[in-house]
Amino acid sequence: MVRAQQQLTLLPEARFRLNRRRQSSAHLPVYQLLDQVKDPEIPVLSIWQLGILQDIRVADNELCIVITPTYSGCPAISMIKAQISEVLHGAGIRHFHIEVRLSPPWTTDWLDADARRLLKNYGIAPPDTTACPQCGSAQTEVISEFGSTACKALMRCLSCHEPFDYFREF
Amino acid sequence: MSQSPALANDLGLFARRLGDDALVLGQRLCEWCSNAPMLEEELAIANIALDYLGRARMCYAYAGEILGQTEDHLAFLRDAKDMENLLVVELPRGDFAFSCVRQFLIDEFEVLYFSGLKQSAEPQIAAIAEKTFKEISYHQRRSRHWLRRLGLGTPESQQRTQVALDSLWGYCQEFFLMDHLENRLCQTGHAVDRAGLTQTWQAAVLAHIAACNLVVPEDGWAAKGGRQGVHTEHLGHLLAEMQVIQRSYPGLNW
Ligand SMILES: [Zn+2]
Repeated sequence: MVRAQQQLTLLPEARFRLNRRRQSSAHLPVYQLLDQVKDPEIPVLSIWQLGILQDIRVADNELCIVITPTYSGCPAISMIKAQISEVLHGAGIRHFHIEVRLSPPWTTDWLDADARRLLKNYGIAPPDTTACPQCGSAQTEVISEFGSTACKALMRCLSCHEPFDYFREF
Repeated sequence: MSQSPALANDLGLFARRLGDDALVLGQRLCEWCSNAPMLEEELAIANIALDYLGRARMCYAYAGEILGQTEDHLAFLRDAKDMENLLVVELPRGDFAFSCVRQFLIDEFEVLYFSGLKQSAEPQIAAIAEKTFKEISYHQRRSRHWLRRLGLGTPESQQRTQVALDSLWGYCQEFFLMDHLENRLCQTGHAVDRAGLTQTWQAAVLAHIAACNLVVPEDGWAAKGGRQGVHTEHLGHLLAEMQVIQRSYPGLNW
């Protein structure tokens, strides 16, 4: 029991609250449906694992899917909206709308534990470590604070000499 | 919402000018694509430009709902005299030192400004400010870093950076100018008193300039007029390039 509590505290509080919202939601099947929707720029991660999917509730007599952009200029958000619509239509859900919520602003604290592992396997260093995702070396340096997309910095490994992306703490 | 129509209209116009600042600077930054001194910086500048574009869209979406106009209309179908951006953002990108110094001066201001705007009585303005503030903090770190590299770099980089600083200094006073619109919004807790940020901005900027082997220019001339739609000759050229597609093919959608 004590141990379980300790494990829970490892999860950032913001993510813990998201998880609890999903677990106690009356729309759990919709959450599960939307697990198919991946981030177009990091296709190994779902919008749920990234913390983009914030809430599913009923508003104005229809389903309201609440999402939040990772970065204000994130070009993926319109594609994500289209994908959500496609999945819901495919499941026969016709009456819904998508709300883009800005506040509170997205934070890397919203990444779930799986997301950190999946990022690393994909070759992107997750926010809590700048160790090389290829060889594990801690000897790395920053090449540029702004990498291939706004949410990633470009790093270089001093051991295996490979460049890699680092998902910035944000 | 229990806002009076007059207040709502003020908020729409306020958000629109914040959007203008972001859109025009974003466009200027985009001009570094395929022109930056190195590939990494090209990516960095493009990503910062994307943050500005995102901010412009958030502001225009909000303003457009109040003013009854689409985002595309606000961005692509207004002439220079209708744009209310600050003059400093429309100046041509210049050399790399010029763009770095401009970004530094703006970042130092925006960090203070949007930090205050997070407390706006209008929730959507506060939400935009909160999102924006997080991103500017990143920009500021990069700008300070570049000013140090250029100021403490070679004699040429130091000299070019000093020239940029001298030519930009007179545009900074516009950051702190208030007008009737923003005074009204300030009194109701919806906007931030720009004038009140002057000293904090100066202290931060002067300290960093001195640490970068650069000399603070003397206060002499000051350019203003952006908020009244009185612009430099550069804005028209920028708009012509940015708006040509929408004006040639009215109603075009992506
Ligand atoms: Zn390595």
